[in-house]
Amino acid sequence: MLIEKRNSVRDRLIRMYKQANAGHVGCSLSCLDMAVFIKFELMKVADELILSKGHAAALLYSLFAEDGTISAAEIETFYKNGTHLSAHPPVNKIKGIPFATGSLGHGLSIAAGLGLANKLKKTDKKIYCITSDGELNEGSTWEAALFMAHHNLRNVIWFIDRNYLQGFGRTEDTMKMEPLDKKLESFGFNVAIADGHDFDSLRQVTAQYSTDKPTAIICKTIKGKDLKLADTVDCHYLPLTEEDFLKLTTLPG
Amino acid sequence: MRKEFAEAVIQLAKANDKIVFLTGDLGFMALEGVKDFLGERFINAGVAEQNMATMAASLAYEGFTPIIYSISPFITLRPYEQIRNDICLHNMPVKIVANGGGYGYGIMGGTHHNIEDIGSMRLLPNMKVFVPFTKQDVLSSLQEMMQDASPNYLRLNLASAQENLPSFSQWRKLKAASSKTSRAIIISTGTVTDNLFKLPEYLLNDIEIWLLSQFPVYSIPQELLEKIGAVKNVITMEEHQGQCGLHETLASLLLKNLTTPIKYNTLFASGYPSGRYGSQQWHQEENNLAGKNLETKIEEFLSIKHAV
Repeated sequence: MLIEKRNSVRDRLIRMYKQANAGHVGCSLSCLDMAVFIKFELMKVADELILSKGHAAALLYSLFAEDGTISAAEIETFYKNGTHLSAHPPVNKIKGIPFATGSLGHGLSIAAGLGLANKLKKTDKKIYCITSDGELNEGSTWEAALFMAHHNLRNVIWFIDRNYLQGFGRTEDTMKMEPLDKKLESFGFNVAIADGHDFDSLRQVTAQYSTDKPTAIICKTIKGKDLKLADTVDCHYLPLTEEDFLKLTTLPG
Repeated sequence: MRKEFAEAVIQLAKANDKIVFLTGDLGFMALEGVKDFLGERFINAGVAEQNMATMAASLAYEGFTPIIYSISPFITLRPYEQIRNDICLHNMPVKIVANGGGYGYGIMGGTHHNIEDIGSMRLLPNMKVFVPFTKQDVLSSLQEMMQDASPNYLRLNLASAQENLPSFSQWRKLKAASSKTSRAIIISTGTVTDNLFKLPEYLLNDIEIWLLSQFPVYSIPQELLEKIGAVKNVITMEEHQGQCGLHETLASLLLKNLTTPIKYNTLFASGYPSGRYGSQQWHQEENNLAGKNLETKIEEFLSIKHAV
């Protein structure tokens, strides 16, 4: 069922990108599987998903189109003049998108704030947050991490899309992050490492949340998975080729 | 203007080994040449603008001339206190370069627009703001910035294609009225000014256009003051918030300098009236800064009545 959902979400977003001749395809494909897993396996109705890497907004729109939260007609407007569906999540309160997240390094703080609010309100609501690895450059991400650990915000589950690429180079050539798991552990997190494209792997790590620390899941991923330019900075920016469009819309499950 | 900017940086760096270029993880298909030319003086500081701004202040303290670069809101509003405290209060010659002020990033959405940049930057101590209009203005602006031992902000956008204009300076008369009597003086800033040249001839003939390309503004050219005193109808135009931008700074100067009352009309960016998004041109039109909406507004300001 999850595979069918993933295929449907991917097919829609690929068509959206093709129709718009837009970039950021690789960024969406990188976190497609984890987003599908979160939305359709982990999330309950009241839970929130914060996509901190707002440049993958098409994925978010396609995800919300799956249950009709965003209509097919609205999806058709993606990237067109007069749309609500801009290239980064809009500020006009589409259901399920509480904040616009086009500027990196905001999402984990948003999630921490929602986590704190729901801790104060004593709800069992969970907040799922996907950040990129490039935005771990931002100090604010680490400020949020310190806060989450200090206040033991176990209702926030942090997924890191670890594809080792950022806007103008590889992460380890720009600002070395490794050993990322040790850094997060030292901040007070329960850290798990998963294959971000494998539902079984994601299932395995999310079945073992710590009871005394907040959880960060490092999801090993490939930017632009299945594209010809996969694992390159190019697939962050360049629009889909005809060849990739045909390939991605006919991939076997 | 990104291409012209990259070329200008290389040209200036050939004669100035103190230039250090820092990018906030941006520059794909634009800054590769700058990176190759500058070698170790080109640094990708990562998606970490606050650190980048303060480091630039320290580099300036050590005698370098740092250029820091990102998308407009990320290089101005994100590290605002770092710019104020570490760069501006200490009067460090850091050159802040922003791609896409105003609605320059179009469909990318509100987080990538910056209709507060000129205001927020010009409010800071020691800061000079440069708003180029043509491709040629980019190099001229940068040359002037390099001569200035103070902080500067440069707003890059799509360049105007207008030709045979006066060379870069704070004030430029772009066009005199063609008809015997001007019915309005338009004072504008930035590349949105280009939209005025697309107005129908019957409107364009009646207006005189002046361009302002540097802030702060301490004086108005005598020729312009005299013209305003005679025509008594001023229209300001900016792809920027109504507050703290062109028209507010100009209004206070005119109050000090004019002895007769004038009509004072303003065109500015009011944000997202419909809550929807589109290209830069689409946002300009929605804010009466382009196309038919601009035409209607200018007609209104010129008090042109149509037969019913």
